[in-house]
Amino acid sequence: MSDAAILLQGGRVIDPSRDLDEAADVLIQDGKIAAVGRGVSAPPGATVRNVTGKVVAPGLVDLHVHLREPGNEDEETVASGARAAAAGGFTAICAMPNTDPVTDNQAAVGFIVRQSGRAGGARVHPIGAISIGQKGERLAEFGEMASAGAVAVSDDGKPVVSSHLMRTALEYARTFGIPVADHCEDPALAAGGVMHEGLVSTRLGLKGIPSAAEEIMVARNVLLAELTSGHVHLCHMSARGSVAIIRDAKERGIKVTAEVTPHHLTLTDYACEEYDTHAKMNPPLREAADVAALRGGLKDGVIDCIASDHAPHAYDEKEAAFDDAPFGIVGLETAFAVAHTELVSAGVFTLPDLIKRMSTAPARVFHLPGGTLAPNAVADVVVLDPSAKWTVDPGAFHSKSHNSPFAGRALTGRAILTIVAGAIVHEL
Amino acid sequence: MSASSTLGKDLTGLEHMTPEQIRLILDTAEPFKEVSERPIKKVPALRGKTIVNLFFEASTRTRISFEFAEKRLSADTVNVAATGSSVSKGETLVDTAKNLEAMRIDMVVIRHGSSGAAEFLGKRIASNVINAGDGKHEHPTQALLDLLTIRDKHGKIEGLKVCLVGDVLHSRVARSNLWGLTKLGADVAVCGPWTLMPRGIEELGVTVFGRVEEAIEWGADVLNVLRLQLERMEKGFIPSLREYYRVFGVTPERLERSPKPITIMHPGPMNRGVEIDSRVADGAHSVILDQVTNGVAVRMAVLYLLAGGRAELADAAKRAGGGGASE
Repeated sequence: MSDAAILLQGGRVIDPSRDLDEAADVLIQDGKIAAVGRGVSAPPGATVRNVTGKVVAPGLVDLHVHLREPGNEDEETVASGARAAAAGGFTAICAMPNTDPVTDNQAAVGFIVRQSGRAGGARVHPIGAISIGQKGERLAEFGEMASAGAVAVSDDGKPVVSSHLMRTALEYARTFGIPVADHCEDPALAAGGVMHEGLVSTRLGLKGIPSAAEEIMVARNVLLAELTSGHVHLCHMSARGSVAIIRDAKERGIKVTAEVTPHHLTLTDYACEEYDTHAKMNPPLREAADVAALRGGLKDGVIDCIASDHAPHAYDEKEAAFDDAPFGIVGLETAFAVAHTELVSAGVFTLPDLIKRMSTAPARVFHLPGGTLAPNAVADVVVLDPSAKWTVDPGAFHSKSHNSPFAGRALTGRAILTIVAGAIVHEL
Repeated sequence: MSASSTLGKDLTGLEHMTPEQIRLILDTAEPFKEVSERPIKKVPALRGKTIVNLFFEASTRTRISFEFAEKRLSADTVNVAATGSSVSKGETLVDTAKNLEAMRIDMVVIRHGSSGAAEFLGKRIASNVINAGDGKHEHPTQALLDLLTIRDKHGKIEGLKVCLVGDVLHSRVARSNLWGLTKLGADVAVCGPWTLMPRGIEELGVTVFGRVEEAIEWGADVLNVLRLQLERMEKGFIPSLREYYRVFGVTPERLERSPKPITIMHPGPMNRGVEIDSRVADGAHSVILDQVTNGVAVRMAVLYLLAGGRAELADAAKRAGGGGASE
């Protein structure tokens, strides 16, 4: 935590938590937002930064990352992930529990919290497992994990197959006020699949995963949320049918929230052509009509937020035949720029819309600090340069892994300053 | 010779080939047919070339056919039978590729259980790569020999009605045939149980039938009967082999509905009494053994052309004397 005050002067301040979009100064003092307004004067000893032409916003929040610590520290650690996040403009990220061993108890959750404290990048909030060992059998200790710092529970990476277990998790989590996040996939329908089932999988001779594999579980989860009055959070939505089911559920007042990744908003199954393993992820990239429905859902709030599903893998794991390569791509350092380029620069979204979906909305979904520039709020702030043009070079990532489908892509928009609790954690 | 009539470095599939390239291979195969009919079945076209037959999946017919083709062109060949081990296949493939390259070989013929494996290898080594079947993706030399056999039998391919019957979902033979046939102007249909039809197949310009009877009524000139892998029953795609034969088997009774004789093909190995009735397989209109014979000639043509041989020299190359391949 920085003692020195910081005054961000002359920027365009966008704070979706208060529908604010205006030229203003932002003063950060004692780790908190001290003032937002015109002509704010710098207290003695303050660092003054002229951010004219730049955007000052609440720091970005990512509800879905995989940090591989403990277990696969060669691919990512809490520290390297927190640095990558800060470089991408994120001030808070939520780490999925599919580590080795699984983060399914208070000691394991406490380990992530301590590693996060040492890391000094973005805040890392642990997500605890739903079931012990993510085996889908017995509930993990939600109460102790929540006390130790878990902000949600999830068996992500694996779907919760048993509807009974999902029901129990939704009921039990209510006591602690934490959402239950599910990777929605019917494992029998998706078995052996490596990409979206459609024309492209037919041509490539690869086993497909039909959209129905996701939609069935989305529908089930919605029904169980209705049954239990619990809060279900649906991870990385990919199919247009899912958007329709969530829309209907929200209209009926069911407590359901959902996220979508930058890649599902911008790429289709055609990215798998030539067996490019950097286009292999689960859920798979689907069709243009799905991309359109996901964008529509994000725009009208049916889908609450963008999450990266940052999934680091060693380079040689992806250097394999498509069937043999692991699912997943890194995303922390490209998420904002990809979304900004494809959605804002292309005129689909406004910049305040995008910041809402990458900061204010996700912070609310998991009840996290941040996502706002309201006075006295924690000073998690990002300064964005919406006109910065850059080319993605995975070799320059802070992440330990480089498995990105956006390598070589020319993008517009970038975080140039990231501040967590009043301390600068990234500066370009 | 136009630029499009050269084959490039690898033969990984027919999807991205031009009709001219496919015709070039078929035309080049013609003079090579005669080599196998001689008492001394050898020409010096690929003398000094080293070819590795890298088979990650079991194969008898295709591997032997390639080996004969290579030997009749005087190449030096090595057979590697690598079966999938507990080691990740992808890692093995990368390392295998690097090791082969280090031994300074000229060509690799690869069969692998993963779709895209041949393309993967081709991008990583300088040698020519020939796909002898990759997962459910393509089996281009099988389709080429099928095309040659159809052309021999009917004198043309354009305008013919050809139906692929059976397990299209899992069939690399079906995919390669579909590309080759449509590129050469045939009217293509597929037929089989809906559990064995891949999604979106109709968008590839083929007619889809649920029953063999419909394909016959459609006026099929050729039925190419696909092998039904016996594990499809275990995996639940069909209830029993018995019912498969009764509903989808190509039988004389079904063929009798056609006013004209229908040419019968099968890529082998056959399951007699499952996808094809023995009386049909051994019948007067079966060209199943002609397919096998043509396989050697087509593979000689592919090897010859990829090694840099010129089509117009193929005739000369098959005569004794100087090879055309190294020009």
